[in-house]
Amino acid sequence: MNYELLTFIWFVLLGVLLTGYAILDGFDLGVGILHPFIAKDDRERRLVMNSIGPLWDGNEVWLVTFGGALFAAFPVAYATVFSSFYTAFFLLLTCLIGRAVSLEFRSKVHTPAWRKFWDIGFFLSSFTAAFLLGVAGGNVMAGMELGPKYLYEGNLLSQVYWYPLLVGCLTASLFALHGAIYLYLKTEHELQARARRFITKLFYLFAGLYVVVSFATFLHVPHATENIANYPILWIVPVLNALAVLNIPRAMHLGKPGYAFFTSSMVIAAFATLFSVAIFPNFMLSTLDPAYSVTLENARSSRGTLQTMLIIAVIGMPCVLSYTVIIYWIFRGKTKLDSNSY
Amino acid sequence: MMDVEILSRLQFAGTIMFHYLFPPLSIGLGLQLFLCELSYYRTRNPAWEAAARFWTRVFAVNFAMGVATGIVMEFEFGTNWAAYSRFVGDVFGSALAAEGIFAFFLESGFLAVLVFGWDRVGPKMHLFSTLMVFLGSMFSAVWIVVANSWQQTPAGYHIVWQDVQGEMTPRAEVTSFWGMVLNPSSVDRLTHTLIGALVLGAFFVASVCSYYLLKNRHHEVARRCLSIALPSALLFTVLAAVTGHDSAQKLVETQPAKLAAMEAHFHTSDEPTGLTLFGWPDTENETIHFSIKLPYLLSLMVYNDPTVPVPGMDQIPEDERPPVWLPFQTFHLMVGLGTMMIGIAGLACWSWYRKTYEQKRWLLWAVVFMPLAAMTANQAGWITAEVGRQPWIVYPSVQDGVEMMGLKTADGLSESVTAQQVLSSIILFGIIYSLLFAVWVFVLNNKIQHGPESGEELTEYKRKLKADSMSEKFGQSGKSHGGDMLEEGVR
Repeated sequence: MNYELLTFIWFVLLGVLLTGYAILDGFDLGVGILHPFIAKDDRERRLVMNSIGPLWDGNEVWLVTFGGALFAAFPVAYATVFSSFYTAFFLLLTCLIGRAVSLEFRSKVHTPAWRKFWDIGFFLSSFTAAFLLGVAGGNVMAGMELGPKYLYEGNLLSQVYWYPLLVGCLTASLFALHGAIYLYLKTEHELQARARRFITKLFYLFAGLYVVVSFATFLHVPHATENIANYPILWIVPVLNALAVLNIPRAMHLGKPGYAFFTSSMVIAAFATLFSVAIFPNFMLSTLDPAYSVTLENARSSRGTLQTMLIIAVIGMPCVLSYTVIIYWIFRGKTKLDSNSY
Repeated sequence: MMDVEILSRLQFAGTIMFHYLFPPLSIGLGLQLFLCELSYYRTRNPAWEAAARFWTRVFAVNFAMGVATGIVMEFEFGTNWAAYSRFVGDVFGSALAAEGIFAFFLESGFLAVLVFGWDRVGPKMHLFSTLMVFLGSMFSAVWIVVANSWQQTPAGYHIVWQDVQGEMTPRAEVTSFWGMVLNPSSVDRLTHTLIGALVLGAFFVASVCSYYLLKNRHHEVARRCLSIALPSALLFTVLAAVTGHDSAQKLVETQPAKLAAMEAHFHTSDEPTGLTLFGWPDTENETIHFSIKLPYLLSLMVYNDPTVPVPGMDQIPEDERPPVWLPFQTFHLMVGLGTMMIGIAGLACWSWYRKTYEQKRWLLWAVVFMPLAAMTANQAGWITAEVGRQPWIVYPSVQDGVEMMGLKTADGLSESVTAQQVLSSIILFGIIYSLLFAVWVFVLNNKIQHGPESGEELTEYKRKLKADSMSEKFGQSGKSHGGDMLEEGVR
């Protein structure tokens, strides 16, 4: 297979992994963000946590695999992106650790103070993780201060300004909305009614931010629309994105929460696709000199490795998908507490 | 201010040692859990089910810690070792990606069924899920050890020079995937590492059960589990010695500097080489204080021939010598602990066979403390392997008669990262990990003190659960909780 095509396939596959991660971990991060607001007593808190109990760990694997695949397929991009976001990524790691152990440890001791501690930990880590993912995405979109030989010359402060922060808010609100729809599907009675009210509020918040970030992107990141301008067929992505956004309240109104969840998943997929389209053919655009950018071409692995990895992916992905389906099937239906619950 | 290299090495060593507390226990416990469930599946004895449910709870706490601390490692390659990542990405990355796709998805998926599926799937599906989680964690170890072994004994690659904005920069590229995977040390290191994990799991189960016997609790479950754990502890400790010996023998060809460091063997001579049992190596004066040395033994162990001299540290260029003190001490610690574990496991099995095990309180107490020995041995082995390969992060090697360049640890760093950043991440993670460690010990102790349910409690719980779901089916307002076990959330 042709080297250029292989490179492109791996760019697309990384997009697929990132999309899978955002859709799946998106709802459980969202559940974490909503946790302190939506659940009124200890039983409800446990229900909310157990709605994602069997699934969050597998969802996070998409991120781990994305990291591994980026390392293998585009090592230069992996090295540059990860070392540039040094502080932000260590905070993200702190959050991912915090979330895992908050879930695992919360119900292990029966004192209110213990549970309160892990509840706060669960919320803070979920929210910050979602927010930081958005901030990182915003920075990559806008380009970063990359000097010669892929050396990042900026610092934490140059990553924290209005545009990435806005994208961070957008991501957190989208995940929260996605999580609220998921909770609506997994809960009953009063808790479910509360989830319904959250969906409406979060939708307005998200839709508002969506409009603001769209304008901000046109103004601040002019190169983001270049690819769409060059290939008008790509207009289909933002159009579908907008339609999907509008379809969320419609589906809820029609009383089809499953359809609404599918739609919010599609919104996330559309965002991930827009992101990939916007940055192509770069992984990290240098704002100092475009010649310093990390591109698909200068970041990729050898042809042999890309080919081997493609074989690995072709063997592995069907397995992954089949047992993902089995697990989601086994844990379908409303969340109930039993002796195995958190 | 300390320099970035030392800080980054400290950070990596610290985070990986902390991480490495958990995966070996997950792997080892995974096997014990599977054997318990297999016995339940065959006998349908509720005591076996109670045992399996109990070990699942312990397993879940440990597994969550392993997952949470594992992502850190993957990120650190990029954040702290960007130059290294660019150099090895083509090789190392594919092993890491294979781990993600072949191992992580498998274990995390079926972990859900293992932990949350007790009342949702039948015993057959549950047994299958346990096996998948165990295999998943083994596959995970396979790819990680392969990736690490490639750095120690690289194979199946060549060096390509690339023009990076005017400067020619080398990087390793795969020429043979299987050559890379099955590099000269992969199989030996993998079997030794996995068996080290199985030793830990077997002793962990034996330890908790012996503790119950000492405290006069949960006899039924404890005796059953011991009948599996003790023989496997003996089998795996012996296998650990065999595979360890094989690994060490290979070193004389692949990493003579590491072997010399492990033995503090400073001077090569024409005489056969002796084995140092204890001592305090002094690199500056190139001697070992307070040492006890057995003649001929090292030559015998390395070459299966007592007369062939083993090359010493003086055969290695001065700037390529690893530190000696640490690999020497950790290696001897590992061997010492291993020997002790073989002894204890042997004694325990013998007295179990003679049915006197439960009366020998000192032996029960000894077994109670064995997991600490196993864990220390695992960590010590890791330190020996990693410190012994310094100053190389990727060893230089000879491929088809061509000498390939290696990569020194100092050249693998992220150039854009400052010492301040690394130091703050060390402090941040120092705090988080200390807290986590305390919580983990606390929760684990809680689980162990609570212990398994008895067979009767379990039967009662299942009856209630069934009654609950029946009343729900018929639209009656069934109780929302199904008995004490639900209230407790005793998972």
